[in-house]
Amino acid sequence: MLERDEGIRIMATASETCAVLPAADLQRLLDTLSAKGYRVVGPIVREGSVVWERIISVSELPIGWRDQQEPGRYRLEQTSSQEVFGVVHGPQSLKPFVFAPREPLLQITRSQDGFTTSPTLPQPEKVAVIGARACDLAGLVIQDRIFLNETYRDPYYATRRDGLFVVAVNCTRSLQTCFCASMETGPRAKCGFDLALTEVDGQLLVETGSEAGRDLLSNLSLSTSSEQLNAEAVTRIEACAHSQVRRLDRSRLPQALYEAHEHPRWDEVAGRCLACTNCTMVCPTCFCHTVEEAPDLSHQHAAHARLWDSCFSQEHGYIHGKNIRPTIKDRYRMWLTHKLASWIDQFGTSGCVGCGRCITWCPVGIDLTEELPALLTPGVKPPSALQHKDGT
Amino acid sequence: MVNPYVIHPARIVEKIREAEDITTYRLQLVDEEARRRFRFKAGQFNMVYLFGVGEVAISIVSDPDEPELLDHTIRTVGRTTKAIADLQPGDALGIRGPFGEGWPLEEAKGRNVVIVTGGLGCAPVVGAIEYIFRRREEYGSVKILHGVKTPHDLLYRERFDAWRRHPDTEVLLTSDQPDKTWCYHVGVVTELFEQVSINPAKSTVLMCGPEIMMRLGVPILMRRGIPATAIYVSLERHMECGIGLCGHCQMGPYFLCKDGPVMRYDRVEQWLGRTGV
Repeated sequence: MLERDEGIRIMATASETCAVLPAADLQRLLDTLSAKGYRVVGPIVREGSVVWERIISVSELPIGWRDQQEPGRYRLEQTSSQEVFGVVHGPQSLKPFVFAPREPLLQITRSQDGFTTSPTLPQPEKVAVIGARACDLAGLVIQDRIFLNETYRDPYYATRRDGLFVVAVNCTRSLQTCFCASMETGPRAKCGFDLALTEVDGQLLVETGSEAGRDLLSNLSLSTSSEQLNAEAVTRIEACAHSQVRRLDRSRLPQALYEAHEHPRWDEVAGRCLACTNCTMVCPTCFCHTVEEAPDLSHQHAAHARLWDSCFSQEHGYIHGKNIRPTIKDRYRMWLTHKLASWIDQFGTSGCVGCGRCITWCPVGIDLTEELPALLTPGVKPPSALQHKDGT
Repeated sequence: MVNPYVIHPARIVEKIREAEDITTYRLQLVDEEARRRFRFKAGQFNMVYLFGVGEVAISIVSDPDEPELLDHTIRTVGRTTKAIADLQPGDALGIRGPFGEGWPLEEAKGRNVVIVTGGLGCAPVVGAIEYIFRRREEYGSVKILHGVKTPHDLLYRERFDAWRRHPDTEVLLTSDQPDKTWCYHVGVVTELFEQVSINPAKSTVLMCGPEIMMRLGVPILMRRGIPATAIYVSLERHMECGIGLCGHCQMGPYFLCKDGPVMRYDRVEQWLGRTGV
């Protein structure tokens, strides 16, 4: 629900009251959401990772599973623990719930006057997502700024967004690829959630972040958590933040990256990049899309839809017969410069939330936390590289 | 806000052949209400739609004071423009728009206007020129400098001739691959700068054409004392949505469909000419 508490929440202190839900009673939360008309979605194990799927029973959640992520590598392993939220995340963020990978925009039908168009807005649906992470919420907040800004409110996105109820889970374990602490987006969910859970030894601490969340919590009539449990949750989240091995130094952005436009490192990374588009598909914030016109066989009706696009595709930079970004170097530079630099000028925030998905799901393990410092270290290419092909 | 994706049907009223592969389509919105509401500024563009094929961003060429008929000059190059080329008067296209920021014609009032264009780049300024000549006394001198590759690439011949007849107006044409029929300057458009006197403190420059023309031309104008803040360029990138959302038209921090296509030069100076931007 969009009416969420304003501002950034500070780290809960031991004195802040939280409710406590025994992990064994999590089914009650699911049932309450279902009773309120929500389609409940959670992470389930599929084909070696987790994906968002409709869940009815807590037993469908990846209890006892953990994910190990490294550059170009994702593995699930089963442990003997009864941890419900041991898997940090899969390839999907919250993005597909609001910015649909394929969103029908219009149905167009031929008529005497040419054609008629009717918008095909999605059916309003209440969807409750269980297990979103702080980085995913940060991504959602950024997507809100793009699709629901002061001059334009995208009706398709807004319809999906209005029905979304988010149960976040604060992270108590970092992956090798996580760097949310340095992006100040996690590991604790700061804003954008309705409820936030912290899992501590079979107990789930429950915090509220919206009116809808408070309303739901009142239905559960839970007991107040002990100060000791609250303190333990804070300790674990802080330890999670400190355990992160990757970080991204944003202090010189955006300008330093703009100035690195001719850095020889771009050639080097372009030699590894496959332009496969994986990084943009898993990114919680990438918003590029293309519009598709699909006529039916009778040529009387056409479906006009928008589809996720990627700046790594051939067509992204196409303009009447030529390509502005013909090389992989051009495209990787476009992506990274947009994500880490021009995004700041456009939306007042970095386009990166530190989830590390682009590192994990890159088939060759390109790591932006490694590329950025390399690009901000003076290169060795001669200044002729600054020249345009025509000598200007 | 109305759904910006909704496309309004428009009838082809007239098809004007401009060159071998360039045609002007004069369009009229079918719906009367849509026609009444449609107002645009010179330099803005429309997304022109063909049923079953798709959309393409095309600048509005016609006079903004006559918004009921909308001219779009289209070169046949891609999938959509090739399909449009087969259409005849009476056939239907669609329009979404107008989008983007146009030329700074209010700010330029009381000033001299220098218009520098190359090739099909003359199309997005036609509306601006017509706007100025409708209010001739509100502007100072007008200088129109236009370059083409070959004489066959010279569009709107009659318009250039008509503009030439306005008071305190100079029209200079050049071709860098002329034939025997060419009676104007031979060379590139930047050479025409030497043939006109420009008061740098009182002139506003409007430029549109290949980016190389702007990259080479603007520094010459700046050396003559025209500040970068008085030079405006119309830029082109792939555009699909028209509302700064689809991500294709980015140039550095700008979405050219929304922040442009007309940009003040000092804002884009550091991006223009960078490879891959």
